[in-house]
Amino acid sequence: MQSQATYNYKVVRQFAIMTVVWGIVGMLVGVIAAAQLVWPELNVHEFLHFGRLRPLHTNAVIFAFGGCALFATSYYVVQRTCHAKLFSPALAGFTFWGWQVVILLAAISLPLGYTQGKEYAELEWPIDILIAVVWVSYAVVFFGTIAKRTVTHIYVANWFFGAFILTVALLHIVNSAAIPVSFMGMKSYSAYAGVQDAMIQWWYGHNAVGFFLTAGFLGMMYYFVPKQAERPVYSYRLSVVHFWALIFTYMWAGPHHLHYTALPDWTQSVGMVFSLILLAPSWGGMINGIMTLSGAWHKLRTDPILKFLITSLSFYGMSTFEGPMMSIKTVNALSHYTDWTVGHVHSGALGWVAMISIGAVYFLLPRLYGKTEMYSTKLINTHFWIATIGIVLYIASMWVAGVMQGLMWRATNADGTLTYSFVESVKASYPFWTIRFVGGVLFLGGMLIMFYNMVKTIAGQKAYNAPVLAPAAAHA
Amino acid sequence: MADFISGFWNMYVMVLVALSILFCVFVLVANMTKREAGEVKLHGHVWDENLAEFNNPLPRWWLYLFWITIVFAVVYLAIYPGFGNLNADRGQLSQYSTEMKVADEKYGPIFAKYGEMDLMAVAADPEANAMGQRMFLTYCAQCHGSAAQGAKGFPNLTDNEWSWGGEPDTVKTTILEGRMGVMPPFGPALGGEGVKDVANYVRSLSGLAHDSLRAQRGKDMFDQNCTACHGADAKGNPMLGAVDLTNNTWLYGSSESTIIETITNGRQNQMPAFKDFLGETKVHILAGYVLSLNKDKK
Repeated sequence: MQSQATYNYKVVRQFAIMTVVWGIVGMLVGVIAAAQLVWPELNVHEFLHFGRLRPLHTNAVIFAFGGCALFATSYYVVQRTCHAKLFSPALAGFTFWGWQVVILLAAISLPLGYTQGKEYAELEWPIDILIAVVWVSYAVVFFGTIAKRTVTHIYVANWFFGAFILTVALLHIVNSAAIPVSFMGMKSYSAYAGVQDAMIQWWYGHNAVGFFLTAGFLGMMYYFVPKQAERPVYSYRLSVVHFWALIFTYMWAGPHHLHYTALPDWTQSVGMVFSLILLAPSWGGMINGIMTLSGAWHKLRTDPILKFLITSLSFYGMSTFEGPMMSIKTVNALSHYTDWTVGHVHSGALGWVAMISIGAVYFLLPRLYGKTEMYSTKLINTHFWIATIGIVLYIASMWVAGVMQGLMWRATNADGTLTYSFVESVKASYPFWTIRFVGGVLFLGGMLIMFYNMVKTIAGQKAYNAPVLAPAAAHA
Repeated sequence: MADFISGFWNMYVMVLVALSILFCVFVLVANMTKREAGEVKLHGHVWDENLAEFNNPLPRWWLYLFWITIVFAVVYLAIYPGFGNLNADRGQLSQYSTEMKVADEKYGPIFAKYGEMDLMAVAADPEANAMGQRMFLTYCAQCHGSAAQGAKGFPNLTDNEWSWGGEPDTVKTTILEGRMGVMPPFGPALGGEGVKDVANYVRSLSGLAHDSLRAQRGKDMFDQNCTACHGADAKGNPMLGAVDLTNNTWLYGSSESTIIETITNGRQNQMPAFKDFLGETKVHILAGYVLSLNKDKK
């Protein structure tokens, strides 16, 4: 029963292209911020000051680059694995334009200094409302498509996408609750006060990592890894266990951002032990992805897209080992407030999130234009190596800088006074900040190669919408 | 020390934490299957042409890892605070006081040696000054600068000019008790022109360029409004922290516009108290260090 209907690829194309564009913009801002740390004189204007560019960088790479990658892949995957067209193409179109408006408003308001002062939730209340509206529309489109599916079972990738969409809605709405005091001034005060505000912020903050940057991208992994490797997923059972354990346990992990603060001791401890329990569920995803390759390891030699996907899983495993270790209070006492944290975040953000998104977009682009391959496989390979070297420089320099800073801050003289003043630790960090800057430039350079490859792939091609496939015989 | 306002919340946390750990146990126990002989079978669903799933059992080593973290959680919560009010006395406050006690026992005698010396003797002791400088770089440099030369609103501590007095004991008191400097706003009382006149008079006091007509008019207003604190000779009053206006040392700046700003809006300035945080002995050594910076002046 081959129907004539086609999948809706339009919104996927839009989001896929903007993933590359926003990736370049977001990473460029990151490179500028990194340069400002090495050459402070680059803080030329208040609008372009480090304090304003840093939140712009984080918002751009997480929500613009990562967000567009998640929209593109989830809209593609949910249609293909439900064997159904997207529910309400008009609403899907609204999520694209709505999300782009959010990104533009962020790019204007953050340099101007409008901020709620909450990390990864800086955007002021009118933008927050727009985000909530777009996100609820996204949920309607996604779950509407799930409801329309013509297969009985919901594929594992959709569990993760679904959990990510629902939870991010909850996180965003609860954490952004605020009392507006000015519309034109875009000013509001948080609905919470003191340490409760801090706890809600980091409940949000860590779950932004857990759901936006992990569950969503695991959804991506569960489709593109087996597709590209042309192998079945390693274990259905493992996916069930690690799915429930992961989405349940992440909810508890936020307090490890507030170790040794005014947060009550019991909250810190509970946050710490659940962060440790999170190790195995996280690794479940890595195992399921990497073991999917068993029987197809040789493909890694020739297929750079698979290289991106599998390397991303290695970085995922590495940073989800590092995270629980850093949540142990004794380790945290050394690592907290140092560049180690920055290195950890980037091993997740560049190594895991960006690498898997890049792999997925390389997979998608030719298919969205009726081709089977990108313009140049060689350039994908070049991109892979430049990106990998960039990440290694970045995280290795931040590890060294972070541990050094932590040790300098706690070093004492024979009389118990501190050996180093703070500024000495800043001075000692310069060489590592320079290496980090170089790593960032390399990673950005890889994105520019990707942009060129994308333009060459698309140029002269007509947009293509694949016909909706009938489910496999046993499931019709 | 209890973190909960009632026994209910204590129970609530206990039940929630226990159920959460039990949930992880349940997920694991419900999915432990033995590897069957023969080839691993596909789970039996196919999506999008070729997406399928094997149904391998959970990897052993992974399972053990999961169990170890759960056991660790239970043991940790049995020893440290986390399971409601249990072990609430083993939190970060007791950790802090224990570590501080150890440190005081170890380092206390080193400081005590100088605590009993005369302040000026401390100021002349190179070893005490080295300790004082290290403390200064940790506690004072944020505002006064690492060379103690101050910044706008934060006094230079090396020029032997003192808002609150430069006697050794006074300097020590300043660090121990902190200071609240208040210059009240005179904008409403003097009016825009009046403020400008007074500003020109103030500049004339230390020989800075000024409009002499304005300065002359300003003198009358100064005598009526400012001498109560700054004195008839404008040399200030250390008891009030009112600064000397004749010596060309400026906390906020000497430009006409800055002085107008100071007179119009007033200034509020705070030096925090360090008595409770550092204790008297360390402050004694710090005061000695600050005094040593002014030894050769005047």
